[in-house]
Amino acid sequence: MKKEDVLILAIESSCDETAASVVKNGRTILSNIISSQIELHKLYGGVVPEIASRKHIEKINQVISEALSEAKVTLDDLDAIGVTYGPGLVGALLVGVTEAKAISFAKNIPLVGVHHIEGHISANYIEHPDLKPPFVSLVVSGGHSHLVLVKDYGKYEIIGRTRDDAAGEAFDKVARAIGLGYPGGPKIDRLSKEGDPYAIKFPRAKIQDSPYDFSFSGLKSAVLNYLNGAKMKGEKVVNEDVAASFQKAVIDVLVDHSMKAAEAYGLKKFAIAGGVASNSSLRTAMEKACAERGISFYYPSPIYCTDNAAMIGVAAYYEYLAGTRHGIDLNAVPNLKLGER
Amino acid sequence: MKLLALDSSGLVASIAILEDHEMVAEYTVNYKKTHSQTLLPMLNEISKMIELDLNSIDAIAVAAGPGSFTGLRIGSATAKGLGLALNKPIISVPTVDALAYNLFGVDKLICPIMDARRDQVYTGLYQWEDQELKTILHQRAISIDELIEEINLLKTDVIFLGDGVPVFKKVIEEKVCTHVTFAPAHVNRQRAGSIGTLGKKMFLDGKIEKAEDHAPDYLRVSQAEREKAEREAKK
Repeated sequence: MKKEDVLILAIESSCDETAASVVKNGRTILSNIISSQIELHKLYGGVVPEIASRKHIEKINQVISEALSEAKVTLDDLDAIGVTYGPGLVGALLVGVTEAKAISFAKNIPLVGVHHIEGHISANYIEHPDLKPPFVSLVVSGGHSHLVLVKDYGKYEIIGRTRDDAAGEAFDKVARAIGLGYPGGPKIDRLSKEGDPYAIKFPRAKIQDSPYDFSFSGLKSAVLNYLNGAKMKGEKVVNEDVAASFQKAVIDVLVDHSMKAAEAYGLKKFAIAGGVASNSSLRTAMEKACAERGISFYYPSPIYCTDNAAMIGVAAYYEYLAGTRHGIDLNAVPNLKLGER
Repeated sequence: MKLLALDSSGLVASIAILEDHEMVAEYTVNYKKTHSQTLLPMLNEISKMIELDLNSIDAIAVAAGPGSFTGLRIGSATAKGLGLALNKPIISVPTVDALAYNLFGVDKLICPIMDARRDQVYTGLYQWEDQELKTILHQRAISIDELIEEINLLKTDVIFLGDGVPVFKKVIEEKVCTHVTFAPAHVNRQRAGSIGTLGKKMFLDGKIEKAEDHAPDYLRVSQAEREKAEREAKK
């Protein structure tokens, strides 16, 4: 470790993963530890906030210690601690935020609060050393569907958002309706490969006057109506076709809005992020759409798409360089807005 | 020996530093529930006042439950973060036991009650015998009526304290058969001084844990787990 290196310990606990990571100079991941609770929440068909919070407090010290030891650093080597302080589940966020503040206070290490979505977007920097702002990013996960203009490090403008359900939420709900269980995204992705995406015509919602906004609740209802209708008429439902047609409807809208945004803002770089960014069909469709327009397409490996602390460490690094510091009175902000400080 | 004690289990946020037989500092606020924003700044303030070197403490005592789930986790995450950074063990002090400790040497039955919502209280029953606090009823979540039944069986005069008192005072005065008193303002809520004093005793008895192993003892499962169990019982 050179003396001028900037080492950041990052902590993430906004939903159902307890995670810690050590990041060097904003781009090199020295460790990336994730303790997932997904098996536990499967029993309830979705994330239960109180159970998530309880698991975070049980795991957080082990996860941090492991991240430090795998990176072969101690707290004394750190330049800053980065922590997700919103958006997310308030009880879950509070565990990471409180832990980070206590360590920051005890060891006198600067504290940098990070926006969860800023983390997801920053995940793209890890494996793409050439990627620099400005670019357009689509963040899609169980809780978020945002089209973001990344003007500079730490400078964001949300140009499109969902009016109702997040994309990942629609995946979860449709997966439940066809008996696939939680989490829906990967299961629908897998089943779709055996189905015909043109078998059933599902709607693609457009929002008047807001070309970049999304709406997925109408699509979700259309799928549920289709399933009910088939049941009433005694028709056989081919789940593979339902999954493939539904997924195509989601992807068409995501690709269409993303490309419109990239073209309107004249940017030749486009990056996807968030849990749904692991969806193989979405990647393929985006890659093709970008190639057709001469746009460079960036996406993180699945391990950096899921909630993780490495991405928080990357975002914290650029915030740290920009002088962002938070005090030991930092609170969790469940509905934190991107670019708001 | 030196202990840092924390309690954020209810509306009160409280921090204390105890050294040998003295309490060097205690900071207690019974105001708004903004513990995530106030607890560490409170510690920072008293640390400066008493020129505390955090590395000099031997352990961290924390009110480990029952209490507000979020409040308990703020206390626990603070203790765990400090424990990890300073490499110090944690003493998980039962919240209700520590409340009873507020009333040292009282010759009545001591009954702390914390409002647990859903018509229940977090409570326990205690009695001093030869300078030892004996537990008659271990801390638990029960209905106020069940608690009053237990007390009436014991036929002993009783003193109540805790944030459940304003909620249940009327029913207590009506239904408890023995002589009833209520603790005065300076000792009727959580105090980190009591967490620290009881914590020291536990520390000397070897009742400590590694910071990574500590988690609150909520005395209750989550609502989702409870409802799931109810659904399964009906099947």
